[in-house]
Amino acid sequence: MNVSIFIPCFIDQLYPAVAFDMVKVLEKAGCNVSYNTNQTCCGQPAFNAGFQGEAKDVCTKFLKDFGDAEYVVAPSASCVGFVRNYYGQLFDNSSVHNEVKSLGERTFEFSDFMVNVLQVDNVGARLNGKATYHDSCAALRECKLKKEPRQLLSNVQGLELVEMNDVETCCGFGGTFAVKFEPISIAMADQKINNAVSTDAQYLISTDMSCLMHLGGYIKNKGANLRVMHLAEVLANGWE
Amino acid sequence: MSNNASSFIAKSTIKSADLEHRRKINFNIGKYNATVPLGKQQFTDVMTARERAKNAKWRAIEHLDSYLEEFEKQITSRGAKVLWAETADDALNEIAKICDEKNCRTVVKSKSMVTEEIHLNDFLEKKGIESVETDLGEYIQQLDDEPPYHIVTPAMHKSKEDVAKLFADKLNVPGGLSPEELTLVARQKLREKYIQAEIGVTGANFIIADIGAVAVTENEGNARLSCAWPKTHIVIVGIEKMIPGMQDLALFWPLLSTYGTGQKVTVYNTIIAGPRQPGETDGPEEMYVILLDNGRTNLLSNPKTREALYCIRCGACLNACPVYKNIGGHSYETTYSGPIGSVITPHLKNIGEYKHLSYASSLCGNCTEVCAVKINLHELLLDNRHEAVLQGYSSLSERLAWKAWKTASLNRGMMNLGNGNMKNWVVNKVFKAWTQHHGALDFSKKTFNEMWKEKHATK
Ligand code: SF4
Repeated sequence: MNVSIFIPCFIDQLYPAVAFDMVKVLEKAGCNVSYNTNQTCCGQPAFNAGFQGEAKDVCTKFLKDFGDAEYVVAPSASCVGFVRNYYGQLFDNSSVHNEVKSLGERTFEFSDFMVNVLQVDNVGARLNGKATYHDSCAALRECKLKKEPRQLLSNVQGLELVEMNDVETCCGFGGTFAVKFEPISIAMADQKINNAVSTDAQYLISTDMSCLMHLGGYIKNKGANLRVMHLAEVLANGWE
Repeated sequence: MSNNASSFIAKSTIKSADLEHRRKINFNIGKYNATVPLGKQQFTDVMTARERAKNAKWRAIEHLDSYLEEFEKQITSRGAKVLWAETADDALNEIAKICDEKNCRTVVKSKSMVTEEIHLNDFLEKKGIESVETDLGEYIQQLDDEPPYHIVTPAMHKSKEDVAKLFADKLNVPGGLSPEELTLVARQKLREKYIQAEIGVTGANFIIADIGAVAVTENEGNARLSCAWPKTHIVIVGIEKMIPGMQDLALFWPLLSTYGTGQKVTVYNTIIAGPRQPGETDGPEEMYVILLDNGRTNLLSNPKTREALYCIRCGACLNACPVYKNIGGHSYETTYSGPIGSVITPHLKNIGEYKHLSYASSLCGNCTEVCAVKINLHELLLDNRHEAVLQGYSSLSERLAWKAWKTASLNRGMMNLGNGNMKNWVVNKVFKAWTQHHGALDFSKKTFNEMWKEKHATK
């Protein structure tokens, strides 16, 4: 299967290892992975700030960069949700309407692609300890993913999965929200971390690095004994 | 930044850090969360029920003009007087006229967000008229001189101990009374007021076009007394409360109760179709219905925001909103708080002054998920943001930043510029707010893009 990967800007800049882990897992699952080195961003940041004009130009570039791909897979439900649910609005009644629709249908979040397209839920990963999974809002509500990441995690050897309270509540990141309304964002992170810590888990795992960047940053500051891990990192662990 | 925005930031900062507030709200909303699923069981298919309700509201709002006229025609034929108020002042002037005519000294009123919106109590007080809230939650808030904290549960932020203390302070009763005892105290005080009042004021949950009536939903019977006991009954209602027909109540009554409080159906549901008719033994001698616009037609005229007028004010989106739960209802400083408040207030009032509310959301989408009539609330927040930018309410620095972002995002080369250390320095400096409670960001020396290229060049 030919997979063109999309690496969101913040993973590209801050967490390249996560992207390489996803590549490693996809290849193990039999995919032929390619990466268009021209790619930049899906356009969501400007769109969410209300700057739809600026966003649209960048979305147009994304359409061009991925127009020919058989499948587009990204380690981020947030970007995938945006491409699937908002590109249609942006390009409504335009000449690229059909292209946009088809791209949305071929674009997948990593765990969704593994479980529902490849139908692979065990890649032989191993991680010893207790983990709790955080439903990112984008995975849960934009991409409707609840069981997929859990299914993948339940097959990781040595890993015990425990659910935290209020698992579907937002962690408080929300892009520029975390900077513009920092005190609210932090209060939300605080409750999320309290819930995660009460499970006694060592790992806090999610599909979205954006949540984890926020939560990991807060953990560092608060000094909780919890390590954040992207799902791809977990699945790439314990085998070569 | 507008004054409202600065005040919002100050108030929300304090509340977010208030752990006692957090505890009370989580406790009260926890009770709500436990009962709503029980209420939902009465629907064989709750999704379809919500979909149908949305369709009915769509119909009502798309044909609002003719439905309003139909309503007026029907209810007037039974002797009620319909008054059209374009602004809050228009509504208040009409009420003042009626009060003067009746030599009114005391008004009893049931819970109504529209009367909050037009600040009726303040207005009447200035005219020397006592206006008494008869809903227990609103009565508590009035005693404490606070606006309602929540559109359905006005005193949600108070524990039973808080209320007992308030009653002891204000009503000269012993401290530490139980909720039952407190209710009896309120009941006793309020009964006197019903007898004194010349006028009863209520809101309405629905305006029913086909039979020309309003429907009022409540749990305490106080709205019934307010509209039936005094000689004159005034209804104030926003024009968007329209539903096409009485048959629609079979859906809307249970839906509103389930999403509002988790009940199957609220204790008292009343349809009022006019003043006392010849041969009837009770009811008011006169009835007025004030139909209020006050900015609602701004929402109506925009095909995107029109959907916000479907709201039945069940409060579910407030209870589901993590921002609301952390900052509380008062930080918004608006009549309508929470997600729906952030959606409509900029249009009811002024985009420049209230656009910050559309940005004060992590866009988690839980409001949209729970909305009784399936309003796309978080997308409407995004539309508001776009509207604010289109109307020129963004700052120059923001505009420059997004221009620069666009340039960089159209040019891959630029995103590989600069090493990790430099990016660390710039970003952690620029986003000072981030590093206040987060560890510093740690940029990779090279981007994934550069690393991929290196790896694949040597292959
Ligand atoms: S927007 Fe929806 S959930 Fe919120 S109060 Fe209105 S009807 Fe209820």
